[in-house]
Amino acid sequence: MYVAVKGGEKAIRNAHKLLANRRRGDRSVPSLTLDQIAEQLALSVARVMGEGSLYDEGLAALAIKQARGDLIEATFLLRAYRTTLPRFGYSTPVDTGAMRVERRISATYKDLPGGQVLGPTFDYSHRLLDFALAAEEEGDLPEPDRACHTDAPMPRVTDLLGTEGLIEPDPAGDPGAAVGDLTREPLAFPADRDLRLQNLARGDEGFLLALAYSSQRGYARTHPFTGEIRYGAVEVEFYAEELGFEVPLGTIKVTECQMVNQFSGSAKAPPAFTRGYGLVFGQVERKAMAMAMVDRALRWQELGEEQTAPVQDEEFVLSHSDNIQATGFVEHLKLPHYVDFQAELDLVRKLRAEWFAARDGAKTGTQEAAE
Amino acid sequence: MSVETTSNLEQEYNFAYLDEQTKRMIRRAILKAIAIPGYQVPFASREMPMPYGWGTGGVQVTAAILGKADCLKMIDQGSDDTTNAVSLRGFFEKTAGVATTFKTQEASIIQTRHRIPETPLREDQIIVFQVPIPEPLRFLEPRETETRKMHALEDYGLMHVKLYEDIAKNGRIATTYAYPVKVAGRYLMDPSPTPKFDNPKIDRMAALQLYGAGREKRIYAVPPYTGVRSLDFEDHPFEIQSFDKPCGLCGAEGVYLDEVILDDEGGRLFVCSDTDHCEERRAAGHTGPMAADPAASQLSKGSSDAEDTVQ
Amino acid sequence: MPDQKPLSAPVLAPGFADPVHDAQRCFRAVMMAMAQPGTLKSFDPGSLAPPQPLSPMGAALALTLFDYDTPVWLDGSLRKSPDVSAFLTFHTGARIVSEPVDAQFALINDPRGLMPLCSFDQGSLEYPDRAATLILCRTVFGQGDAALLAGPGLKEPKRFSAGLLPPAFWRQAADNNTQFPRGVDVIFAGATEVAALPRSTTITPMEA
Repeated sequence: MYVAVKGGEKAIRNAHKLLANRRRGDRSVPSLTLDQIAEQLALSVARVMGEGSLYDEGLAALAIKQARGDLIEATFLLRAYRTTLPRFGYSTPVDTGAMRVERRISATYKDLPGGQVLGPTFDYSHRLLDFALAAEEEGDLPEPDRACHTDAPMPRVTDLLGTEGLIEPDPAGDPGAAVGDLTREPLAFPADRDLRLQNLARGDEGFLLALAYSSQRGYARTHPFTGEIRYGAVEVEFYAEELGFEVPLGTIKVTECQMVNQFSGSAKAPPAFTRGYGLVFGQVERKAMAMAMVDRALRWQELGEEQTAPVQDEEFVLSHSDNIQATGFVEHLKLPHYVDFQAELDLVRKLRAEWFAARDGAKTGTQEAAE
Repeated sequence: MSVETTSNLEQEYNFAYLDEQTKRMIRRAILKAIAIPGYQVPFASREMPMPYGWGTGGVQVTAAILGKADCLKMIDQGSDDTTNAVSLRGFFEKTAGVATTFKTQEASIIQTRHRIPETPLREDQIIVFQVPIPEPLRFLEPRETETRKMHALEDYGLMHVKLYEDIAKNGRIATTYAYPVKVAGRYLMDPSPTPKFDNPKIDRMAALQLYGAGREKRIYAVPPYTGVRSLDFEDHPFEIQSFDKPCGLCGAEGVYLDEVILDDEGGRLFVCSDTDHCEERRAAGHTGPMAADPAASQLSKGSSDAEDTVQ
Repeated sequence: MPDQKPLSAPVLAPGFADPVHDAQRCFRAVMMAMAQPGTLKSFDPGSLAPPQPLSPMGAALALTLFDYDTPVWLDGSLRKSPDVSAFLTFHTGARIVSEPVDAQFALINDPRGLMPLCSFDQGSLEYPDRAATLILCRTVFGQGDAALLAGPGLKEPKRFSAGLLPPAFWRQAADNNTQFPRGVDVIFAGATEVAALPRSTTITPMEA
């Protein structure tokens, strides 16, 4: 029986109603509040803010609720909302050296100025399901010990290495040069590192994770050490032309990862360590680390290395890292394509007819030859 | 006041959703696209409230050119009431409050996915194509840096080789849609995944053609009356699909037909893919050989009482 | 003549009365002009009264096309007026550059003094879209040297003239367009009409 693909209007309306119903679920279960999401699913919120490229915990929580917990869908909601926001200008670079640190670890030193600060981490937890949470018997949680918080400086590990010349200096850069912005100018290749980092910061965590992992398994080798991971709040400032000074806009929480990588030197440069850099909104450590590894792998040309693996392929990596683009194009295959399919159907029928004709012709031909 | 014509619901958004700065950026890209027919102009495509692949490029182009006085027609697969056409039309009704129509002749802007209306377009009309992969060479060379060089040098040998291999293997060019064309004798262009049946329509078309690819961040254009040649070979001239029967509903010949499967015993009905064209013809009294068939009458009822396919 | 107002009392002329829809209408006129080279398209800049010597149509095009992503070059007479710069900077945010080759748009108040077209960014073969767009203000259509235009956008060849231009203009324009896909595009801004000359047009200068 033929079912009309037409009459979309009514069908779409009803699909929306169904979706709203499923989103809410069983009415006897209390509805989630945005505060609950922002507080208790903070890592989801951070991921959505980072990949959505919009720092707003409330909006991210709303997006997660609306998306029924589908984080890519939630990211998409934030991105679409971002489109409608006017741009007033660019902030000055944030100073992660002045971060109010909640967590700071280094794998390259046993101890270092400012100390190792574990902070809130899953790292040394045993992954055992905690049935107390299921029973909602959390009760009063023990108050964590507060480290004797000092205002002592917590220099970045790469700066410590830098003073000895053991690590390549951060590219000097031209302070007057405009920083690229791929939301304003579409990505063109070759892309400079500013654009690569922006692309990776917005990129899909899973994609970057897989690429970084591949670089550890022989598909490009960068010998990474976690120089440092730090997570905490940084001040965002905006230079107001009219006032002639910087105005604080507020604080955001970010994770920064600096990977330190082996480099044997070249004719032009003495042996030194090299950098890979990752920076993301919120506590999204896995992504920050993966980003730093992919960043380093992408620098093969600048460091005179050989290109052997997908993770080094700038066009491949940067063109496929955005999960909103990826999900859209993959999922668009759900849309009707019957006009093109008709064209292919027609062609395949013709080719088949010709194939059978040729085969039958060949048979007759052989017969004729035999006679 | 800029939002007076938009509905109350959507006052928090600008006319046609995009902010003015985004529109200006797209408009500048459109001007360059028109000045360099067939060249893909990079533009800073925005995330839209529908997914990439659903027509975000076309939607951004339409939003950037659309004005209060426009009348918009939105089609997908040739039809005004396929789900995505309904959804995109609704988007502009809501965010811009513009008039919309199913009638090709009434429209000042037609946004389309995969088809070009059968009714010839006029100089005062604009057709906006939704494009998934704007680069005609992309499936032959995945690298943007390489294909950009090929366009710069007008080096399209790769495409000719591909088409020639088709002929060697299949005895014919096995490209049935998104069939590559050369625009004004210079740029190789992807006409979007319209069946090649529609290629002759874009050659010296009276209407301005704008192509928008949101995910790939490209806009390109073909000005009115521009020569657009479908690639071919002397011994294998370009040819379009032909159907050996007329539209089952309206009897039209020389139009693109959709094949509709009626049952599981091989029953088939061929009907106009351009639903407006078909309805106009039937209103004018034309009938096709299957018009009396019960399945056909269900198909021709239109959207008002169509099946709800969701449950 | 540039109007030298005292700097202490800058009175900023307003922009479009209806920014969203006026810009849209102006753009559509320019877009259709670009699509049909040498064809006049109407747009009424209405109540716009920009500082002298910027013409209302020149101002309308600036408000429609410029913003802080577009470096703009002004010709001598416009550059001399601080009010014009203030008007453009305030309403569009565009950065005004001193070298023609750095500009994405050039706003030319006095086309007779137009410098050679090759002074502006011609774009590259890889990125021909990066070439400059020139806006020639105070065009009087149907006067001055004419050229025959043909190519994309034109059903048949068309005669076009755009008032007083440097004597070498049509020769330069023809040369500009033979470098297609590189080359600049030109928009002519009359009082209530616009026309355009994209690089895709084949130009044959005609004897006066």
